[in-house]
Amino acid sequence: MAQNQAKQAYAAGAHPDLPPPVRTTGPVGWIRANLLSSPLNITLTLLSAWLLWSIVPPVLNWALFDAIWSATDRKDCWAQMDEPRAGACWAFIRGSFRLFIYGWYPEPERWRVNVAFVLLLLAIVGVLRDNLPGKKYWLWFAVAFPFIGAWLIVGGFGLTPVGTQKLGGILLTVIIGVTGITFSLPLGIALALGRRSKLPALRAVCVIFIEFIRGVPLITLLFVASTMLTYFLPPGSTFDLLMRVLIMVTLFSAAYIAEVVRGGLQGLSSGQYEAADSLGLTYWKAHRLIILPQALKISIPGIVNTFIGLYKDSVLVLIIGMMDILGLGRARLNDPDWLGLAPELYLFIALFFFLCCFSMARYSLSLEKKLETGHAQ
Amino acid sequence: MNNPDDTQNISVEPAEPIITINGMHKWFGDFHVLKNINLEVRRGERIVICGPSGSGKSTLIRCINRLEEHQQGTITVDGTELTQDLKNIEIIRSEVGMVFQQFNLFPHLTALENVTLAPIWVRKMPRAEAEESAMKYLERVKIPEQALKYPGQLSGGQQQRVAIARSLCMNPRIMLFDEPTSALDPEMIKEVLDVMIELAESGMTMLVVTHEMGFATAVAHRVIFMDEGQIIEERPPREFFENPEHERTKLFLSQILHH
Ligand SMILES: Nc1ncnc2c1ncn2[C@@H]1O[C@H](COP(=O)(O)OP(=O)(O)OP(=O)(O)O)[C@@H](O)[C@H]1O
Ligand SMILES: [Mg+2]
Repeated sequence: MAQNQAKQAYAAGAHPDLPPPVRTTGPVGWIRANLLSSPLNITLTLLSAWLLWSIVPPVLNWALFDAIWSATDRKDCWAQMDEPRAGACWAFIRGSFRLFIYGWYPEPERWRVNVAFVLLLLAIVGVLRDNLPGKKYWLWFAVAFPFIGAWLIVGGFGLTPVGTQKLGGILLTVIIGVTGITFSLPLGIALALGRRSKLPALRAVCVIFIEFIRGVPLITLLFVASTMLTYFLPPGSTFDLLMRVLIMVTLFSAAYIAEVVRGGLQGLSSGQYEAADSLGLTYWKAHRLIILPQALKISIPGIVNTFIGLYKDSVLVLIIGMMDILGLGRARLNDPDWLGLAPELYLFIALFFFLCCFSMARYSLSLEKKLETGHAQ
Repeated sequence: MNNPDDTQNISVEPAEPIITINGMHKWFGDFHVLKNINLEVRRGERIVICGPSGSGKSTLIRCINRLEEHQQGTITVDGTELTQDLKNIEIIRSEVGMVFQQFNLFPHLTALENVTLAPIWVRKMPRAEAEESAMKYLERVKIPEQALKYPGQLSGGQQQRVAIARSLCMNPRIMLFDEPTSALDPEMIKEVLDVMIELAESGMTMLVVTHEMGFATAVAHRVIFMDEGQIIEERPPREFFENPEHERTKLFLSQILHH
């Protein structure tokens, strides 16, 4: 029938729109085009199918169908299985779940963490979602959040103070990640602009800072934070370890953000600056309205990449004795009741990081799509 | 439209000068790109600048709104001298509009936002008023229906007309054009030139770098020919095209006319 149509003659200019041949669309078309288009493709398809078949079912069996969700200790766990270790013992994670989340945060004050977490989500929604009624107030709230959050967590001013050494687990990881992300972006942008400034002194300071920080491993900076800084501070003064770590992590990621943003700035044609200048926009207005929106848009993949790196690198604080989720988990592995459950623990931690980082990646993709305006320039 | 009498009117009844360039020199590093430029432009005057590639045409008009800095001599625009003083630069830029060869629209903003941006942020105009005025200018360049599109969705000719509207919306006293039609396909050149001719008829002071000789004959009071950073010849278009004085001009004209 398709052939008949193709042969049928139409007067010039009178050719109607015809449906495409069946074999190029729909699920059948998709399978033909993507899975079976050539002998090599067919081989690869079969190979992948075999791999999936041999990996997925055993993993699912272990992690879900044969898994044990409540038990008093590892022996109890294994006793409940057909044979020991046939399934995962999630009871271990469940039992330590609150510890993993709150660290040693005092039990009666944990509501403050919960409130801070809800506020954090609101702040994130406020920043990321457009078309919110009263968007301006959401943004103000987001700017204020780090301070509100810090107050809720650390206390003081009417709340019972909680020492930062009590922070641990996911709470600590999220604190480091969120602080690093919120403060390194503006700092990184400022450094990038400084590096391109016409003022030689400012430029030199920014270049030296960026290159120094980029040239030193984060672990080294963390050691500096935990040991050396005390030499520089006046004797007797205490400067909270967590604070020092937060500063170092922020500076570290700011240096990378600065380079990513500088790349974005260089991606703009000089015509954009000239057009802004010729309209009489000042340096700050031109950057705020014209240059940065475009440069940051170009830099989104790099910025999110840096954020994801920062979030994952936060586990390095365990080297200087802070108990983030990884440090805490490893400590729990030594509990005689739960010896030998490392796979469960690391899978859980991996899943936690994956979910956080994957949502960042997905969000950045959707943001890129949203900002797409069909450039031709 | 093509009214050579205009030329006479201007010379009989000279309006006051709005741009005065006196003994101006500019270097790029060691490269002496503009040499002893003297030019006076009167209010309402329309000047076409032409010359071979690299002769310094763009640099000259970019000096007028300080996209390039000159090193010697003076440039005075509407009574304000261009110096290091940022205030003066700001004043002059808000009075001088510029249209670029590559349009240089802001790709992340719609056509309407491109046009309203400067009135809102430089002139502090309320948004509603700015939008109303922007629509007026978009109508004037005949693309009101494209107001909500992004530059990437417009043709070259449409983009250039948005760029013209963007400059006009700042109510400039002087408009600079740097080869506004050179990046356009032939069928779009006319739509942009039509807008420029209409603008010329409204009495705008215009400095136009272009090789569109038809446009020059139609609207220019004077044609300036530049070569190697100097103004070689400066005459009304008829005389310039029919009876050029210098060998260099003749050579140039024969090249572009036989093109
Ligand atoms: N930023 C710059 N740095 C160094 N040299 C420059 C710069 N801009 C322009 N030049 C040089 O100055 C000379 C004049 O340039 P200009 O752009 O003014 O020429 P033009 O007459 O506009 O040429 P075209 O017709 O090709 O646009 C050229 O030789 C060019 O290479
Ligand atoms: Mg040029």
